[in-house]
Amino acid sequence: MRVGVLALQGDFEAHMKALKRVGAEPVEVRTAAELDTVRGLIIPGGESTTMLKLMGYYELFEPLRAFGGQRPVFGTCAGAILIASEVLNPSQASLNLVDLTVERNGYGRQLDSRVVSVTQYGLGGDPEVEVVLIRAPIVRRTGGQVLASYLDSPILVDYGRHMAATFHPELTDDTRVHKLFLSKVN
Amino acid sequence: MSYLDNNFRVKIGLAEMLKGGVIMDVTNAEQAAIAEKAGACAVMALERVPSDIRRDGGVARMSAISKIREIMATVSIPVMAKCRIGHFVEANVLEALEVDYIDESEVLTPADEEFHIDKRGYKVPFVCGCRNLGEALRRIAEGAAMIRTKGEAGSGNIVEAVRHMRTVVREMKQLTVLGHEELVAAAKNLQAPLELVEYVHEHGKLPVPNFSAGGVATPADAALCRLLGAEAVFVGSGIYKSSDPEKRAKAIVKACTNYNDAKAVLEASEELGDAMPGLEISKIPEGELLQTRGW
Repeated sequence: MRVGVLALQGDFEAHMKALKRVGAEPVEVRTAAELDTVRGLIIPGGESTTMLKLMGYYELFEPLRAFGGQRPVFGTCAGAILIASEVLNPSQASLNLVDLTVERNGYGRQLDSRVVSVTQYGLGGDPEVEVVLIRAPIVRRTGGQVLASYLDSPILVDYGRHMAATFHPELTDDTRVHKLFLSKVN
Repeated sequence: MSYLDNNFRVKIGLAEMLKGGVIMDVTNAEQAAIAEKAGACAVMALERVPSDIRRDGGVARMSAISKIREIMATVSIPVMAKCRIGHFVEANVLEALEVDYIDESEVLTPADEEFHIDKRGYKVPFVCGCRNLGEALRRIAEGAAMIRTKGEAGSGNIVEAVRHMRTVVREMKQLTVLGHEELVAAAKNLQAPLELVEYVHEHGKLPVPNFSAGGVATPADAALCRLLGAEAVFVGSGIYKSSDPEKRAKAIVKACTNYNDAKAVLEASEELGDAMPGLEISKIPEGELLQTRGW
């Protein structure tokens, strides 16, 4: 199963490895032609403003929107910001693939980045999941099904076709979140 | 091993998020806004860009607090700031200011000619420069969560960045083929802790992200660093000493992403105006080299 990882900027390599661990065939995607060859796409963590610029430079914005209209997309951290319907602090353009309002750097600066353990609903197995938050956005509103929350804000949301996480499952050994995404791609 | 505790994972985590990007030196809010608009993944606050430090001489210190605050208030991307080698009070101040990363940098005038900062106790992550693997591993042992090869800052000449990246990559490769019984002697020769030498022996890479700095002046320079093994690139004087900083900043960001595609680098290299004037390294008096600072 060929699953793409948007490789404009950010921790796309960590997602490539995570996809390999769950038995998918990961593909780095930097062009619209590469996007055409995959059945699902992960937009990784990184800097959302940088990725947004690069989507403009390489004319990827519309192809990504069209892809999301047909195939599953999973956004983590900056990726969640990019697929959201509304972005705050500051307001910026987004792909509008899911019903989600996020506030950038909602937990603070790097000194507020943290690793925590939270209760999850719907991933199966261990009720706890380890969560790495790096200058993470905070979810202010969502129309999707919340699979995990931290300090009363959703951090993992299932939208049926798409998924959004404000944390980094790719930076842990836990493969459940990537497995869930893979089940959507299949 | 302390390298895997949660505090260190979070520090490395931010470095992971910067991969594939360009970190730009800025001295004020106006430059920071240009950098963010061009697509920089972070900015580095410093008093003067390296080529000005080189030209004007004198002691180069941590940036004025008001300037750093102004930069932090202007951009939404991570803000890094430089402190002098060994100047742990400048580092304490920068941590209190809540910058996102501290660069204990050879570009500033060292405050201690024997010791670097013990970076392990900080919550804020540090990046440090290196010219070879031993230096990289010593800095990681002190707690650096990101390494950048030094190059020669403010020179506009990529030759030292190439030398340093090639050296680190070659020395890592060499460790991977050694027998286990050879590692203690290798650690002695590298002047680095055995556990880190063992990590590189096993994984063929550093336990933290490895970026490149010092001398990047063109999109092709940035792509060259990436192809030699840099996971992201720092650019200083190369942008604001060129004839059209905005355009050049964008072009370097573009080339850094599609470094492997010559057509994309070609496209990024067109109609850029003049690059910064470069310096031949052999013409720089030895005492004025920045890369030899660090121990």
